[in-house]
Amino acid sequence: MIGIIDYGAGNLFSVKNALDYLGVENCVTGDREEIEKADGLILPGVGAFPDAMDMLEKRGLTEVIRREALKKPLLGICLGMQLLFEKSFEFKETEGLGLIPGQVVRIDGKGLKIPHMGWNDLRVLNPCAMTENMEKEPYVYFVHSFRAETEDENISCYTVYGEEIPALVHRGMVYGAQFHPEKSGKTGLRMLENFARLVSV
Amino acid sequence: MLAKRIIPCLDVRDGKVVKGVNFVGIKEVGDPVECAIEYDRQGADEICFLDITATHEGRKTMTDVVRKTAQHVFVPLTVGGGIGTVEDFREILRAGADKVSVNSAAVKNPQLIADAARIFGSQCVVAAIDARRDEKGNFHVVVHGGRKDTGLDALEWAKRCQELGAGEILLTSMDTDGCRDGFDLELTRAVCDRVSIPVIASGGCGKLEHFSEVFEKTGADAALAASLFHFRELTVEQVKEHLREENIPVRRNGK
Repeated sequence: MIGIIDYGAGNLFSVKNALDYLGVENCVTGDREEIEKADGLILPGVGAFPDAMDMLEKRGLTEVIRREALKKPLLGICLGMQLLFEKSFEFKETEGLGLIPGQVVRIDGKGLKIPHMGWNDLRVLNPCAMTENMEKEPYVYFVHSFRAETEDENISCYTVYGEEIPALVHRGMVYGAQFHPEKSGKTGLRMLENFARLVSV
Repeated sequence: MLAKRIIPCLDVRDGKVVKGVNFVGIKEVGDPVECAIEYDRQGADEICFLDITATHEGRKTMTDVVRKTAQHVFVPLTVGGGIGTVEDFREILRAGADKVSVNSAAVKNPQLIADAARIFGSQCVVAAIDARRDEKGNFHVVVHGGRKDTGLDALEWAKRCQELGAGEILLTSMDTDGCRDGFDLELTRAVCDRVSIPVIASGGCGKLEHFSEVFEKTGADAALAASLFHFRELTVEQVKEHLREENIPVRRNGK
């Protein structure tokens, strides 16, 4: 059972729809006990970093996520991925979950449109469980204005938008997708399926 | 490299897909959910539903269509038509849409864009602008399917939409729509020059070359078409194959 963490931020139902479509058992929950019981966790998120941390805090979920991330696979999506890092500079410096070393900064853009929105290709740096059976030239769907800054060893795939942007990060059992696998067609569904397989083994 | 997007649009009335030519003489064809699944299979980068029902019952039907589509199609879904309030946004987003487009309601009440962007984020607010040239060649915003000229300058309005918080502009030329002579390059270029958010060009494509043309000659990020795809004159696959040959970056559909 994968628990999709509901803390008041964003598009939970697209993630749920994708898991349902794949036949992966899941539940949407903001309950600490259910989060502890789940075999794997997905942390979605749309919006701003400080608000999201605030909402996690208010619901008393920050500690339980930090703790459970050591015991079972966790996948952060979009803002949920950014929350995995130590801190962010969106609006103001805010502490994150600190599960992956690194920080979140504004995309440089170099005259490009911000947000980085649309389909961009993934380039594999360090293959991981989620990149298994990935086709050549995989395109995935991004919508974000901030990006992670972390050591190469934590980066599984990156994309290029004016600069190299970590797209899929990985450390231990913690995974983070800057893009939306639930909106990335077959490529994204396969990655979610890979994640679900990690959870069930 | 960021891919140029190809977006098939489905005009939906009372839960059925229809396609009008120049917004009159609407013809009925097909189930929207099935059509969306087919477009996804062909490699559509996003799917757009335009609800042309005016009634309350029709709106409910549309919510069902979105809900069912979102269970089978895993690319972004944009829904527009008759969106008038923040509550309408909420309902459509909850049903599974990723973006909501607003047209005449935003002209009447620009604050709607600002409110929706603040509550749901700019990324899901699409400002749909229908524009037509006046006799001097200035672009005006028209509403109600082109029946009413608001007198607003379309280029200024596009800029204003961005300032209000719109994340994207869906730009339809009422001069080229349905004519199949190509996208309105002049209008598209003019709007792209004034805004820094993505612009979706719409109205007028009739053949493959029109797609490469709009990407080569304007700053458009995406191109939208309805009848061309709907009547199967072209598939999304064919359009992308053509763009690839012209060295325009497009997404390959995952296998």
